Amino acid sequence: MSADVVLASGGLSCHLMSGCGFPAPGAEIFQFDAVWAPTILGVTFSISKTTILLFLAVVIILGFFLYAFRRPKLVPRGSQNVGELGYLFIRDGIAREAMGKDGDKFVPFLFSFFFLVWLLNFWSIVPFAQIPVTSIFAIPVAFAIIVYVTWVPLGIYKQGFIPFFKNMMFPPGVPKAMYILLAPIELISNILVRPFTHSVRLFANMFAGHLLIASFSVAAFYLISASVVGILGSVASFAVAVALTGFEVLIQALQAYIFTLLAAVYISGALHAEH
Amino acid sequence: MINVFAAVISAVPGSEGAGAEEMPSVLAVPIDELIIGIIAFLIVFGVLGKLALPAIKKTLAERTELIEGGLAKADETQAEAQRILEEYKAALASAREEAAAIRTQAQADRTAIVEEARNEARTAAAAVTAAAEAQIEAERNQATSALTRQVGELAVGLAGKVVGQSLEDDARVRATVDAFISDLEQQAAR
Repeated sequence: MSADVVLASGGLSCHLMSGCGFPAPGAEIFQFDAVWAPTILGVTFSISKTTILLFLAVVIILGFFLYAFRRPKLVPRGSQNVGELGYLFIRDGIAREAMGKDGDKFVPFLFSFFFLVWLLNFWSIVPFAQIPVTSIFAIPVAFAIIVYVTWVPLGIYKQGFIPFFKNMMFPPGVPKAMYILLAPIELISNILVRPFTHSVRLFANMFAGHLLIASFSVAAFYLISASVVGILGSVASFAVAVALTGFEVLIQALQAYIFTLLAAVYISGALHAEH
Repeated sequence: MINVFAAVISAVPGSEGAGAEEMPSVLAVPIDELIIGIIAFLIVFGVLGKLALPAIKKTLAERTELIEGGLAKADETQAEAQRILEEYKAALASAREEAAAIRTQAQADRTAIVEEARNEARTAAAAVTAAAEAQIEAERNQATSALTRQVGELAVGLAGKVVGQSLEDDARVRATVDAFISDLEQQAAR
């Protein structure tokens, strides 16, 4: 368990029989002090642990893929194999799956999203990092904004301003009277709610997962005491924390996949009106 | 967009219980974190999109082409091999046919030649026999006629001599006969 969590949860002497209440981890485990706060153009950038992990992820992704694809061979070796696996997964599993051959143009976009989000999620279980950067709400929001400002203008450009909204609000194959109800719902759901759900889905999953692991880790520590209940509880909590960590590995990849797939689906909808 | 989020976020109360009042909400979206998040993505997208991914895309396309090209070539080669095999089989069959025809022809020819030779030999033999018989016949005729003529002449000669001399003289008769016979011998030797 992270030192941050233990220290944030009331100190090293807080245990079951020491007259100390359970220090349940809360929102504070997602707050990190700024280590540096430069002000650029009137905006103060607080550089904290999560910011550093974010840029570390950027460096790792760039480092790996620039190395893996530095001189790609027709017969792949070593890291190129791994990189190609990732590339083909994004191309065939997401881009082409969502938009067919048109998807090839968007592979770099989706590729960047998938691996960045995945690695940011993955920090959750890396010792000493132990915080999914995507559980900082601004990060998924930033990503969702990028997706939003990609597919909306793209849809207007490809379909035309009026047809874009018409296709969105009046999907075919619905009784005419239903449009009174459907048109405003479609407009609100696509234009307003979509970026929100897109970011919250990722944020909430990573936030909740991290909070769960933190709670059970703190519980395992807190329950260490001279009592049968305490020892059993501590062992059980530790086991659950370990199991949840394993489960998180799955969730991290899955959420990165879902985020990227949704981005692909939104772009696909912008390229071709839904039929 | 940002305004929409701000509106939504401000409508959500701080996440939970203790310590929430001094902590900012977990749903807060500070502009600096937003900018940092966007920059982080743009760096990844810009560098990978410009430097790393075009190379691998090109390589994958080349590989696909190579494999497809190889498959097409293999197909072509196989078709060519098949075609050559067919040709070979056809050639072999026609060669066999030809050989059989030649053999049949040769058989027929041989029979014909043997038959012809036999006929020729037979004809030649018959001709030779006929010629020999004719010659023998001619020679016999000639000999017969010559003998007849000579016997006549001799008889005439002998009779003349016998008539012309004295028959008492035995010695003389004997000499005449001897002379006649030797004369005869001389004629035969000639």
